[in-house]
Amino acid sequence: MALPSDQSPAQPDPTAPSALMGADDVARSVDRMAHQLIERAAATTPGAPDGGLSGLVLIGIPTRGAPLARRLAARIEAFTGTRVDVGTVDITLYRDDLRMHGVRALESTLLPEAGIDGRLVVLVDDVLFSGRSVRAALDALRDLGRPRAVQLAVLVDRGHRELPIRADLVGKNVPTARSQKVSVHLSEVDGEDGVTVTEGPALPALPPDPTPA
Amino acid sequence: MRQHLLEAADLDRADATLVLDTAAQIDAALAGREVKKLPTLRGRTVVNLFFEDSTRTRISFELAAKRLSADVINFAAKGSSVSKGESLKDTALTLEAMGADAIVIRHGASGAPHRLAHWVRGSVVNAGDGTHEHPTQALLDAYTIRRRLGRVDGVRVVITGDVLHSRVARSNVRLLHTLGAEVTLVAPPTLLPVGVETWPVQVSYDLDAALPEADVVMMLRVQAERMNASFFPSAREYSRRYGLDARRMATLSDDAIVMHPGPMNRGMEIAADVADSARSTIVEQVGNGVSVRMAVLYLLLGGAPE
Repeated sequence: MALPSDQSPAQPDPTAPSALMGADDVARSVDRMAHQLIERAAATTPGAPDGGLSGLVLIGIPTRGAPLARRLAARIEAFTGTRVDVGTVDITLYRDDLRMHGVRALESTLLPEAGIDGRLVVLVDDVLFSGRSVRAALDALRDLGRPRAVQLAVLVDRGHRELPIRADLVGKNVPTARSQKVSVHLSEVDGEDGVTVTEGPALPALPPDPTPA
Repeated sequence: MRQHLLEAADLDRADATLVLDTAAQIDAALAGREVKKLPTLRGRTVVNLFFEDSTRTRISFELAAKRLSADVINFAAKGSSVSKGESLKDTALTLEAMGADAIVIRHGASGAPHRLAHWVRGSVVNAGDGTHEHPTQALLDAYTIRRRLGRVDGVRVVITGDVLHSRVARSNVRLLHTLGAEVTLVAPPTLLPVGVETWPVQVSYDLDAALPEADVVMMLRVQAERMNASFFPSAREYSRRYGLDARRMATLSDDAIVMHPGPMNRGMEIAADVADSARSTIVEQVGNGVSVRMAVLYLLLGGAPE
Protein backbone atom coordinates (compact mmCIF):
# COMPACT_ATOMS: atom_id res chain seq x y z
CA MET A 1 0.00 0.00 0.00
CA ALA A 2 1.48 3.34 -1.03
CA LEU A 3 1.31 6.24 1.37
CA PRO A 4 0.17 9.62 0.16
CA SER A 5 3.27 11.48 -0.89
CA ASP A 6 2.67 14.48 1.38
CA GLN A 7 3.06 12.27 4.50
CA SER A 8 6.43 10.79 3.64
CA PRO A 9 9.52 12.84 4.53
CA ALA A 10 11.02 14.60 1.55
CA GLN A 11 14.66 13.64 2.01
CA PRO A 12 15.55 11.87 5.28
CA ASP A 13 18.91 12.93 6.68
CA PRO A 14 20.79 9.68 7.41
CA THR A 15 22.87 11.30 10.17
CA ALA A 16 19.94 12.81 12.10
CA PRO A 17 18.98 10.91 15.28
CA SER A 18 15.69 9.06 15.00
CA ALA A 19 13.47 8.57 18.03
CA LEU A 20 13.32 5.06 19.46
CA MET A 21 11.38 5.79 22.65
CA GLY A 22 9.53 8.89 23.71
CA ALA A 23 9.08 10.20 27.26
CA ASP A 24 5.88 8.11 27.68
CA ASP A 25 7.66 4.94 26.53
CA VAL A 26 10.47 5.55 29.02
CA ALA A 27 7.98 6.08 31.85
CA ARG A 28 6.05 2.90 30.93
CA SER A 29 9.26 0.85 30.76
CA VAL A 30 10.39 2.14 34.14
CA ASP A 31 6.98 1.28 35.64
CA ARG A 32 7.08 -2.22 34.18
CA MET A 33 10.63 -2.82 35.40
CA ALA A 34 9.63 -1.58 38.86
CA HIS A 35 6.81 -4.18 38.95
CA GLN A 36 9.21 -6.89 37.82
CA LEU A 37 11.68 -5.89 40.55
CA ILE A 38 8.93 -6.20 43.15
CA GLU A 39 8.16 -9.71 41.86
CA ARG A 40 11.83 -10.69 41.87
CA ALA A 41 12.37 -9.44 45.40
CA ALA A 42 9.37 -11.47 46.54
CA ALA A 43 10.47 -14.56 44.60
CA THR A 44 13.99 -14.56 46.08
CA THR A 45 12.75 -14.22 49.68
CA PRO A 46 9.44 -16.10 49.87
CA GLY A 47 7.30 -15.32 52.89
CA ALA A 48 9.15 -12.13 53.90
CA PRO A 49 6.68 -9.61 55.44
CA ASP A 50 7.88 -6.71 53.26
CA GLY A 51 8.01 -8.82 50.09
CA GLY A 52 11.80 -9.01 50.32
CA LEU A 53 12.15 -5.33 49.46
CA SER A 54 14.38 -4.59 52.47
CA GLY A 55 16.91 -7.00 51.00
CA LEU A 56 16.87 -5.22 47.64
CA VAL A 57 19.52 -2.63 46.70
CA LEU A 58 19.43 -0.76 43.39
CA ILE A 59 22.92 0.29 42.30
CA GLY A 60 23.09 2.70 39.37
CA ILE A 61 26.09 2.86 37.07
CA PRO A 62 26.91 6.55 36.37
CA THR A 63 26.11 8.61 34.50
CA ARG A 64 22.54 7.72 33.54
CA GLY A 65 22.19 4.48 35.47
CA ALA A 66 22.21 6.54 38.69
CA PRO A 67 19.03 8.58 38.04
CA LEU A 68 17.43 5.50 36.49
CA ALA A 69 18.01 3.55 39.73
CA ARG A 70 16.49 6.41 41.73
CA ARG A 71 13.44 6.44 39.45
CA LEU A 72 12.95 2.70 39.81
CA ALA A 73 13.16 3.04 43.59
CA ALA A 74 10.63 5.88 43.55
CA ARG A 75 8.20 3.81 41.46
CA ILE A 76 8.62 0.77 43.71
CA GLU A 77 7.85 2.97 46.70
CA ALA A 78 4.79 4.39 44.91
CA PHE A 79 3.48 0.89 44.15
CA THR A 80 4.22 -0.79 47.49
CA GLY A 81 4.75 2.00 50.03
CA THR A 82 8.15 0.51 50.95
CA ARG A 83 11.40 2.43 50.60
CA VAL A 84 14.17 0.68 48.68
CA ASP A 85 17.90 1.37 49.17
CA VAL A 86 19.63 3.06 46.24
CA GLY A 87 23.32 3.66 45.54
CA THR A 88 25.77 4.37 42.76
CA VAL A 89 29.07 2.72 41.89
CA ASP A 90 31.58 4.55 39.72
CA ILE A 91 33.29 2.05 37.46
CA THR A 92 35.91 4.34 35.91
CA LEU A 93 38.75 3.00 38.06
CA TYR A 94 37.78 -0.56 37.06
CA ARG A 95 37.52 -0.07 33.28
CA ASP A 96 39.61 -2.24 30.97
CA ASP A 97 39.88 0.46 28.29
CA LEU A 98 41.48 3.26 30.34
CA ARG A 99 44.59 3.27 28.19
CA MET A 100 42.54 3.65 25.00
CA HIS A 101 41.11 7.08 25.91
CA GLY A 102 42.20 10.30 27.52
CA VAL A 103 41.94 10.32 31.27
CA ARG A 104 38.32 10.23 32.46
CA ALA A 105 36.85 12.26 35.29
CA LEU A 106 35.51 10.13 38.14
CA GLU A 107 31.89 10.03 39.26
CA SER A 108 30.49 9.39 42.70
CA THR A 109 30.31 6.10 44.53
CA LEU A 110 27.60 6.07 47.18
CA LEU A 111 26.47 2.95 48.97
CA PRO A 112 23.45 2.69 51.26
CA GLU A 113 24.33 2.69 54.95
CA ALA A 114 23.30 -0.94 55.33
CA GLY A 115 25.84 -1.92 52.68
CA ILE A 116 25.37 -4.68 50.13
CA ASP A 117 26.47 -7.77 52.07
CA GLY A 118 23.95 -10.58 51.85
CA ARG A 119 21.44 -8.52 49.85
CA LEU A 120 19.98 -8.74 46.35
CA VAL A 121 21.90 -6.15 44.33
CA VAL A 122 20.37 -5.05 41.05
CA LEU A 123 22.80 -3.13 38.83
CA VAL A 124 20.99 -0.48 36.79
CA ASP A 125 22.32 1.01 33.55
CA ASP A 126 20.82 2.85 30.60
CA VAL A 127 22.19 0.87 27.65
CA LEU A 128 23.59 -2.67 27.53
CA PHE A 129 26.05 -2.93 24.63
CA SER A 130 29.40 -4.74 24.85
CA GLY A 131 28.92 -5.77 28.49
CA ARG A 132 32.26 -4.29 29.53
CA SER A 133 30.73 -1.65 31.82
CA VAL A 134 28.81 -4.39 33.59
CA ARG A 135 31.94 -6.46 34.05
CA ALA A 136 33.71 -3.41 35.51
CA ALA A 137 30.74 -2.90 37.84
CA LEU A 138 30.90 -6.55 38.93
CA ASP A 139 34.61 -6.11 39.68
CA ALA A 140 33.82 -3.00 41.71
CA LEU A 141 31.08 -4.81 43.64
CA ARG A 142 33.51 -7.56 44.56
CA ASP A 143 35.64 -4.98 46.36
CA LEU A 144 32.62 -3.39 48.06
CA GLY A 145 31.08 -6.45 49.66
CA ARG A 146 29.46 -9.81 49.07
CA PRO A 147 25.88 -9.55 47.83
CA ARG A 148 23.64 -12.62 48.03
CA ALA A 149 22.96 -12.27 44.31
CA VAL A 150 23.58 -9.69 41.60
CA GLN A 151 21.14 -9.01 38.78
CA LEU A 152 21.16 -6.53 35.92
CA ALA A 153 18.41 -4.16 34.79
CA VAL A 154 18.83 -1.99 31.68
CA LEU A 155 16.50 0.39 29.90
CA VAL A 156 17.76 -0.58 26.43
CA ASP A 157 19.49 -3.77 25.29
CA ARG A 158 21.03 -3.12 21.89
CA GLY A 159 22.95 -6.37 21.43
CA HIS A 160 26.56 -6.82 20.27
CA ARG A 161 27.86 -8.36 23.48
CA GLU A 162 31.60 -8.94 23.77
CA LEU A 163 31.33 -10.85 27.03
CA PRO A 164 29.03 -13.59 28.31
CA ILE A 165 26.70 -11.18 30.12
CA ARG A 166 22.93 -10.81 29.83
CA ALA A 167 20.36 -8.57 31.46
CA ASP A 168 17.73 -9.94 33.84
CA LEU A 169 15.35 -7.05 33.22
CA VAL A 170 15.14 -5.13 29.96
CA GLY A 171 13.00 -2.07 29.22
CA LYS A 172 13.27 -2.47 25.46
CA ASN A 173 15.23 -4.76 23.17
CA VAL A 174 16.53 -2.86 20.15
CA PRO A 175 18.26 -4.61 17.25
CA THR A 176 21.01 -2.27 16.06
CA ALA A 177 23.98 -2.22 13.75
CA ARG A 178 27.29 -2.05 15.57
CA SER A 179 28.05 1.27 13.89
CA GLN A 180 24.87 2.91 15.22
CA LYS A 181 24.84 4.97 18.40
CA VAL A 182 22.02 4.58 20.90
CA SER A 183 21.56 7.52 23.29
CA VAL A 184 19.34 7.52 26.35
CA HIS A 185 18.27 10.95 27.57
CA LEU A 186 16.96 11.41 31.08
CA SER A 187 15.55 14.67 32.36
CA GLU A 188 17.84 14.61 35.44
CA VAL A 189 20.89 14.75 33.15
CA ASP A 190 19.71 15.92 29.74
CA GLY A 191 16.58 17.93 30.52
CA GLU A 192 14.23 15.53 28.70
CA ASP A 193 13.34 11.84 28.49
CA GLY A 194 13.77 9.75 25.36
CA VAL A 195 15.91 7.29 23.45
CA THR A 196 17.38 8.01 20.03
CA VAL A 197 19.46 6.07 17.55
CA THR A 198 22.01 7.76 15.26
CA GLU A 199 23.59 6.22 12.19
CA GLY A 200 27.33 5.88 12.61
CA PRO A 201 29.97 6.04 9.92
CA ALA A 202 29.38 3.47 7.16
CA LEU A 203 31.41 0.34 7.83
CA PRO A 204 32.85 -1.87 5.08
CA ALA A 205 30.40 -4.60 4.12
CA LEU A 206 31.00 -7.99 5.72
CA PRO A 207 32.21 -10.73 3.41
CA PRO A 208 29.37 -12.99 2.23
CA ASP A 209 28.49 -15.90 4.47
CA PRO A 210 30.37 -18.93 3.08
CA THR A 211 27.81 -21.44 4.32
CA PRO A 212 24.85 -21.83 1.95
CA ALA A 213 21.46 -21.25 3.49
CA MET B 1 46.50 17.78 33.07
CA ARG B 2 49.99 18.09 31.71
CA GLN B 3 52.37 15.17 31.49
CA HIS B 4 54.35 16.18 34.57
CA LEU B 5 53.62 17.78 37.93
CA LEU B 6 56.73 19.85 38.63
CA GLU B 7 55.37 22.91 40.41
CA ALA B 8 52.08 24.32 41.58
CA ALA B 9 52.04 26.70 38.61
CA ASP B 10 51.59 23.67 36.30
CA LEU B 11 48.00 23.56 37.54
CA ASP B 12 45.45 26.13 36.45
CA ARG B 13 42.28 26.51 38.44
CA ALA B 14 40.41 23.84 36.45
CA ASP B 15 43.23 21.29 36.79
CA ALA B 16 43.69 21.93 40.49
CA THR B 17 39.96 21.59 41.07
CA LEU B 18 39.97 18.35 39.04
CA VAL B 19 42.69 16.92 41.30
CA LEU B 20 40.73 17.85 44.44
CA ASP B 21 37.46 16.49 43.01
CA THR B 22 39.15 13.26 41.92
CA ALA B 23 40.68 12.85 45.38
CA ALA B 24 37.24 13.31 46.94
CA GLN B 25 35.71 10.70 44.60
CA ILE B 26 38.50 8.25 45.40
CA ASP B 27 37.98 8.90 49.12
CA ALA B 28 34.27 8.18 48.73
CA ALA B 29 34.92 5.05 46.66
CA LEU B 30 37.26 3.64 49.31
CA ALA B 31 35.36 4.80 52.40
CA GLY B 32 34.49 2.01 54.80
CA ARG B 33 35.99 -0.69 52.62
CA GLU B 34 37.92 -3.66 53.83
CA VAL B 35 39.90 -3.95 50.58
CA LYS B 36 41.36 -0.50 49.99
CA LYS B 37 42.66 -1.32 46.56
CA LEU B 38 41.70 -0.35 43.01
CA PRO B 39 42.90 -2.13 39.85
CA THR B 40 43.31 1.10 37.87
CA LEU B 41 47.09 1.23 37.32
CA ARG B 42 47.73 -2.49 37.03
CA GLY B 43 50.92 -3.10 35.07
CA ARG B 44 52.20 0.46 35.48
CA THR B 45 55.46 1.09 37.29
CA VAL B 46 56.05 4.02 39.63
CA VAL B 47 59.58 4.72 40.86
CA ASN B 48 60.10 6.66 44.07
CA LEU B 49 63.47 8.34 43.57
CA PHE B 50 64.44 9.88 46.89
CA PHE B 51 67.75 11.70 47.24
CA GLU B 52 66.68 13.34 50.52
CA ASP B 53 65.26 11.85 53.69
CA SER B 54 61.52 11.63 53.93
CA THR B 55 59.01 9.69 55.97
CA ARG B 56 55.53 10.75 55.10
CA THR B 57 55.95 11.82 51.49
CA ARG B 58 57.70 8.64 50.41
CA ILE B 59 55.35 6.33 52.29
CA SER B 60 52.38 8.34 51.10
CA PHE B 61 53.39 8.06 47.44
CA GLU B 62 54.17 4.38 47.87
CA LEU B 63 50.78 3.71 49.46
CA ALA B 64 48.99 5.77 46.81
CA ALA B 65 50.62 3.86 43.95
CA LYS B 66 50.02 0.50 45.63
CA ARG B 67 46.36 1.26 46.27
CA LEU B 68 46.02 1.85 42.55
CA SER B 69 47.74 -1.51 41.90
CA ALA B 70 50.84 0.00 40.28
CA ASP B 71 54.18 -1.70 40.82
CA VAL B 72 56.35 0.45 43.08
CA ILE B 73 60.11 0.63 43.20
CA ASN B 74 61.63 2.56 46.08
CA PHE B 75 64.99 4.03 45.36
CA ALA B 76 66.97 5.74 48.09
CA ALA B 77 70.22 7.40 47.05
CA LYS B 78 71.93 5.92 50.08
CA GLY B 79 72.97 2.37 49.26
CA SER B 80 72.60 2.84 45.49
CA SER B 81 75.08 3.50 42.69
CA VAL B 82 74.60 7.21 43.41
CA SER B 83 77.07 6.77 46.27
CA LYS B 84 79.51 5.43 43.64
CA GLY B 85 79.15 8.71 41.76
CA GLU B 86 76.41 7.95 39.22
CA SER B 87 74.79 11.14 37.95
CA LEU B 88 71.11 12.01 38.15
CA LYS B 89 70.79 11.64 34.40
CA ASP B 90 72.34 8.18 34.27
CA THR B 91 70.23 7.07 37.21
CA ALA B 92 67.11 8.34 35.46
CA LEU B 93 67.97 6.67 32.16
CA THR B 94 68.61 3.40 33.97
CA LEU B 95 65.22 3.57 35.64
CA GLU B 96 63.53 4.41 32.36
CA ALA B 97 65.22 1.49 30.63
CA MET B 98 63.61 -0.68 33.29
CA GLY B 99 60.22 0.62 32.24
CA ALA B 100 59.22 3.30 34.75
CA ASP B 101 55.94 4.99 33.74
CA ALA B 102 56.28 7.65 36.41
CA ILE B 103 59.16 8.90 38.51
CA VAL B 104 58.42 10.56 41.83
CA ILE B 105 61.51 12.53 42.74
CA ARG B 106 62.72 14.28 45.85
CA HIS B 107 66.05 16.03 45.50
CA GLY B 108 68.07 18.53 47.51
CA ALA B 109 68.73 20.67 44.44
CA SER B 110 66.01 23.08 43.34
CA GLY B 111 65.06 22.33 39.74
CA ALA B 112 66.21 18.69 39.67
CA PRO B 113 62.70 17.43 38.67
CA HIS B 114 62.67 19.90 35.74
CA ARG B 115 65.97 18.51 34.47
CA LEU B 116 64.69 14.98 34.91
CA ALA B 117 61.55 15.77 32.91
CA HIS B 118 63.71 16.54 29.86
CA TRP B 119 65.46 13.19 30.01
CA VAL B 120 62.66 10.69 30.45
CA ARG B 121 59.54 9.84 28.47
CA GLY B 122 57.36 8.97 31.49
CA SER B 123 55.71 11.39 33.89
CA VAL B 124 57.73 13.18 36.54
CA VAL B 125 56.19 14.18 39.87
CA ASN B 126 58.05 16.62 42.09
CA ALA B 127 57.99 15.37 45.68
CA GLY B 128 60.08 18.31 46.94
CA ASP B 129 63.13 19.89 45.35
CA GLY B 130 65.48 21.92 47.54
CA THR B 131 63.85 25.16 48.62
CA HIS B 132 61.78 25.38 45.44
CA GLU B 133 58.45 23.52 45.36
CA HIS B 134 56.45 20.64 46.80
CA PRO B 135 53.24 20.68 44.76
CA THR B 136 51.50 17.58 46.13
CA GLN B 137 51.85 18.99 49.66
CA ALA B 138 50.05 22.14 48.51
CA LEU B 139 47.34 20.01 46.90
CA LEU B 140 46.77 17.99 50.05
CA ASP B 141 46.69 21.20 52.11
CA ALA B 142 44.10 22.70 49.77
CA TYR B 143 42.13 19.45 49.92
CA THR B 144 42.24 19.52 53.73
CA ILE B 145 41.06 23.14 53.79
CA ARG B 146 38.22 22.33 51.42
CA ARG B 147 37.12 19.34 53.48
CA ARG B 148 37.21 21.24 56.76
CA LEU B 149 35.85 24.63 55.64
CA GLY B 150 33.88 23.58 52.56
CA ARG B 151 35.73 25.89 50.17
CA VAL B 152 39.11 27.36 49.30
CA ASP B 153 37.92 30.42 47.40
CA GLY B 154 38.01 33.48 49.65
CA VAL B 155 39.52 31.61 52.61
CA ARG B 156 42.09 33.67 54.54
CA VAL B 157 45.27 31.67 55.10
CA VAL B 158 48.16 32.77 57.32
CA ILE B 159 51.43 30.96 56.61
CA THR B 160 53.95 31.44 59.40
CA GLY B 161 57.58 30.57 59.85
CA ASP B 162 60.62 29.83 57.76
CA VAL B 163 59.25 30.96 54.38
CA LEU B 164 62.76 31.48 53.05
CA HIS B 165 63.67 27.79 53.01
CA SER B 166 60.16 26.41 52.60
CA ARG B 167 59.16 24.67 49.38
CA VAL B 168 55.82 23.98 51.06
CA ALA B 169 55.21 27.72 51.41
CA ARG B 170 56.14 28.44 47.78
CA SER B 171 53.80 25.75 46.42
CA ASN B 172 51.02 26.72 48.79
CA VAL B 173 51.21 30.42 47.95
CA ARG B 174 50.94 29.61 44.25
CA LEU B 175 48.21 26.99 44.48
CA LEU B 176 46.07 28.75 47.09
CA HIS B 177 46.25 31.92 45.00
CA THR B 178 45.16 29.93 41.93
CA LEU B 179 42.20 28.60 43.92
CA GLY B 180 41.19 32.07 45.12
CA ALA B 181 42.40 32.07 48.72
CA GLU B 182 43.91 35.17 50.35
CA VAL B 183 47.36 34.38 51.70
CA THR B 184 49.30 36.31 54.34
CA LEU B 185 52.90 35.41 55.11
CA VAL B 186 54.11 36.08 58.64
CA ALA B 187 57.81 35.66 59.36
CA PRO B 188 60.82 37.46 60.73
CA PRO B 189 62.35 39.63 57.96
CA THR B 190 65.41 37.37 57.85
CA LEU B 191 63.26 34.36 56.92
CA LEU B 192 61.46 35.99 53.99
CA PRO B 193 62.90 35.46 50.52
CA VAL B 194 64.18 38.24 48.30
CA GLY B 195 61.41 39.33 45.94
CA VAL B 196 58.55 38.29 48.24
CA GLU B 197 56.86 41.61 47.40
CA THR B 198 56.19 40.28 43.89
CA TRP B 199 54.31 37.23 45.26
CA PRO B 200 50.51 37.38 45.32
CA VAL B 201 50.46 37.67 49.13
CA GLN B 202 50.41 40.12 52.00
CA VAL B 203 53.44 40.16 54.26
CA SER B 204 53.49 40.84 57.97
CA TYR B 205 55.99 40.50 60.80
CA ASP B 206 53.36 40.38 63.52
CA LEU B 207 51.66 37.05 64.14
CA ASP B 208 49.36 38.34 66.90
CA ALA B 209 47.84 40.91 64.56
CA ALA B 210 47.24 38.37 61.78
CA LEU B 211 45.62 35.57 63.79
CA PRO B 212 42.13 36.98 64.57
CA GLU B 213 41.48 37.46 60.83
CA ALA B 214 42.60 33.98 59.78
CA ASP B 215 40.49 30.99 58.72
CA VAL B 216 43.57 28.82 58.40
CA VAL B 217 46.93 29.04 60.17
CA MET B 218 49.66 27.05 58.51
CA MET B 219 52.79 26.62 60.62
CA LEU B 220 56.05 25.90 58.83
CA ARG B 221 58.84 23.83 60.28
CA VAL B 222 61.97 25.67 61.35
CA GLN B 223 64.43 23.81 59.15
CA ALA B 224 67.40 23.30 61.42
CA GLU B 225 69.33 21.53 58.64
CA ARG B 226 69.16 24.67 56.49
CA MET B 227 69.84 27.17 59.30
CA ASN B 228 73.41 27.88 58.23
CA ALA B 229 73.35 31.55 59.28
CA SER B 230 71.94 33.50 62.24
CA PHE B 231 68.40 34.04 61.01
CA PHE B 232 67.09 34.68 64.52
CA PRO B 233 68.78 35.25 67.90
CA SER B 234 67.60 32.10 69.68
CA ALA B 235 65.05 29.31 69.44
CA ARG B 236 63.38 30.70 72.52
CA GLU B 237 62.94 34.12 71.01
CA TYR B 238 61.65 32.67 67.75
CA SER B 239 59.15 30.56 69.60
CA ARG B 240 57.96 33.52 71.67
CA ARG B 241 57.35 35.74 68.63
CA TYR B 242 56.33 33.26 65.93
CA GLY B 243 55.37 30.04 67.69
CA LEU B 244 51.71 29.02 68.01
CA ASP B 245 50.85 28.31 71.64
CA ALA B 246 47.52 27.91 73.42
CA ARG B 247 47.32 31.62 74.24
CA ARG B 248 47.68 32.60 70.59
CA MET B 249 45.33 29.84 69.46
CA ALA B 250 42.64 31.30 71.73
CA THR B 251 42.63 34.48 69.61
CA LEU B 252 41.57 32.54 66.50
CA SER B 253 38.00 32.62 65.27
CA ASP B 254 35.79 29.66 66.22
CA ASP B 255 36.06 27.71 62.95
CA ALA B 256 39.71 28.40 62.19
CA ILE B 257 41.99 25.41 61.70
CA VAL B 258 45.69 24.87 62.41
CA MET B 259 47.83 23.07 59.85
CA HIS B 260 51.42 21.86 59.77
CA PRO B 261 53.06 19.94 56.91
CA GLY B 262 55.18 17.91 59.34
CA PRO B 263 57.58 16.91 60.68
CA MET B 264 56.89 19.16 63.68
CA ASN B 265 59.28 20.67 66.18
CA ARG B 266 56.94 20.52 69.15
CA GLY B 267 57.59 23.44 71.49
CA MET B 268 59.36 25.42 68.76
CA GLU B 269 56.97 26.60 66.05
CA ILE B 270 53.95 24.82 67.54
CA ALA B 271 53.11 23.95 71.13
CA ALA B 272 52.23 20.33 71.88
CA ASP B 273 48.73 21.14 73.15
CA VAL B 274 48.02 23.10 69.95
CA ALA B 275 49.24 20.27 67.75
CA ASP B 276 46.94 17.84 69.55
CA SER B 277 43.91 20.15 69.71
CA ALA B 278 40.64 19.70 67.83
CA ARG B 279 41.57 22.57 65.50
CA SER B 280 44.67 20.78 64.36
CA THR B 281 44.42 18.95 61.01
CA ILE B 282 47.95 17.56 61.16
CA VAL B 283 47.01 13.88 61.25
CA GLU B 284 44.17 14.43 58.77
CA GLN B 285 46.65 16.02 56.35
CA VAL B 286 48.66 12.81 56.29
CA GLY B 287 45.59 10.72 55.41
CA ASN B 288 44.46 13.24 52.80
CA GLY B 289 47.93 13.08 51.27
CA VAL B 290 47.36 9.50 50.16
CA SER B 291 44.05 10.34 48.45
CA VAL B 292 45.48 13.41 46.72
CA ARG B 293 48.52 11.49 45.49
CA MET B 294 46.27 8.72 44.20
CA ALA B 295 44.36 11.38 42.28
CA VAL B 296 47.58 12.82 40.83
CA LEU B 297 48.89 9.41 39.78
CA TYR B 298 45.52 8.49 38.26
CA LEU B 299 45.29 11.74 36.31
CA LEU B 300 48.87 11.43 35.05
CA LEU B 301 48.88 7.70 34.26
CA GLY B 302 45.21 6.70 34.00
CA GLY B 303 44.64 7.69 30.38
CA ALA B 304 46.08 6.84 27.00
CA PRO B 305 49.84 7.34 26.65
CA GLU B 306 50.72 10.57 24.83
